Amino acid sequence: MKKSKAFWAYVAIAIIVYAVVQFSMSSGMIGSYYSNMLIIMCVNVMLAVSLHLIIGITGQFSIGHAGFMAVGAYMSAIVTMKFDLPFIVAIVAAGCVALLAGLLIGIPTLRLRGDYLAIATLGFAEIIRIVILNVDYVGGAAGMTVSRQTTWTYAFFAMLITIIVIANYTKSRHGRACIAIREDEIAADAMGINTTYYKVVAFAIGAFFAGVAGAIFSHQLFFIQPTSFGFLKSFDILIYVVLGGLGSLSGSVLAAVLLTIVSTYLAEFPETRMIIYSLVLILVMLYRPTGLLGTKEITDFFKFGKKGGKNV
Amino acid sequence: MLQVNNINVFYGNIQALHDVSIDVQEGEIVTLIGANGAGKSTLLKTLSGLLKPKTGDIVYLGNKISGKPAQSIVKAGMSHVPEGRRVFANLTVEENLELGAYLRNDKAGIAKDMAHVYELFPRLLERKKQLSGTLSGGEQQMLAMGRALMAKPKILLMDEPSMGLAPLMVKAIFDIIRMVNAEGTTVLLVEQNAHMALSVASRAYVLETGRIVLSGSAKELQESDEVRAAYLGGL
Repeated sequence: MKKSKAFWAYVAIAIIVYAVVQFSMSSGMIGSYYSNMLIIMCVNVMLAVSLHLIIGITGQFSIGHAGFMAVGAYMSAIVTMKFDLPFIVAIVAAGCVALLAGLLIGIPTLRLRGDYLAIATLGFAEIIRIVILNVDYVGGAAGMTVSRQTTWTYAFFAMLITIIVIANYTKSRHGRACIAIREDEIAADAMGINTTYYKVVAFAIGAFFAGVAGAIFSHQLFFIQPTSFGFLKSFDILIYVVLGGLGSLSGSVLAAVLLTIVSTYLAEFPETRMIIYSLVLILVMLYRPTGLLGTKEITDFFKFGKKGGKNV
Repeated sequence: MLQVNNINVFYGNIQALHDVSIDVQEGEIVTLIGANGAGKSTLLKTLSGLLKPKTGDIVYLGNKISGKPAQSIVKAGMSHVPEGRRVFANLTVEENLELGAYLRNDKAGIAKDMAHVYELFPRLLERKKQLSGTLSGGEQQMLAMGRALMAKPKILLMDEPSMGLAPLMVKAIFDIIRMVNAEGTTVLLVEQNAHMALSVASRAYVLETGRIVLSGSAKELQESDEVRAAYLGGL
């Protein structure tokens, strides 16, 4: 009972945050510059949380996450621009096609471990990018124009659903199995956990939400092109997860939020932007080598009404 | 209860086991002794489904299990305590034990077995909420055993439980192996510490470069000159 009470409390807080921002946007207190930043922030949080499930929870070092985002972005753009279907259909289609891509890539590559998996996923993400680059139907290298349909409501609730689904998955029996795989794959096997199955499922769920994030992203920017989804984007997402603390969901959310703010403000200094950004990363890693939150969750710091111990 | 017939196991091109046959009867403690690289751990991994034999078969409780995936073998009641303990370091003792019962659904039975594990290993009860990576080697070995027992195994495969432990701890671990066996769990024990292993086991096999070279009752082997010279330090 207590757990579900806390859950609804967090949902209530989230809705309040949503309502306040929505009100400030419609009353003009938040201009289009900042509302754009907030929506991109939601997209980045979704990407970070979905990769967190793959790397932080299941321990599979995948660095091709932008590939799934690209699949989602282009799929949703095709659905709305070529077939004139509603945006919500596009979001679901983007997630589903990205999920299929996740299965397609995950089933062969998840037999690999560590660095080999990282290289294979990076390669697959590049393949996706190059394929899109060479398909004229979606504009090839010239990119594709997309009408802006993303609103704060879409972005926020897509993010909220991502966080809720992944947080609950992690707390479930399945999530426990994924954590066992991260901790020690051989021991997990010996416990009778079907390791390949759980790795593929985590990969597919992560890909689904990356696809949804791609859909939100493409309908915010007016215009998408393959170069937006190169390996630099994959590394950006990886940085959110590592900087937040591997294994901490709230850590990856926090890192995604902070780094989005940092890079938005640094946009004013284009020459020094990447230098300062990199310095921030180096400093955080020097002083917080396990990431901002380590493996802890932000809720671990608020102990009121809880008996102590871990919130599992 | 468990019968291994002429299995051949390969790592790539290298043959690790040559025509190995062993059998284990219900209620026994059987030990496999041998030097480093003899193939002891390979044999256990093959039994629990982590490796697949190229030829030969493994029959467990009347069913052929060779080639089946690990989870169905665990479900059938064969539990493996891996070499080097391999506890889930960033999880607490309690969470480790819960994962041991991963394939079970009976909540009441799991709670009962957890209480029983804490009875066998009071040290684990004291450290219930502690991260298992911070336990001592001996405590981790206890946890690895407890975790395997949580699956309610009919047969327990143990890979080098004495590895890297202080002599007193080794003795404690072997006492517990005897207790677990007395409660009706069959044990297949792989050991380098031949002296300890032969003192608890009823029968033993000696493995050398992937072949069974000797077998017999533990007592016979303890007195055999070859074994004494090679594994028990001469005399």
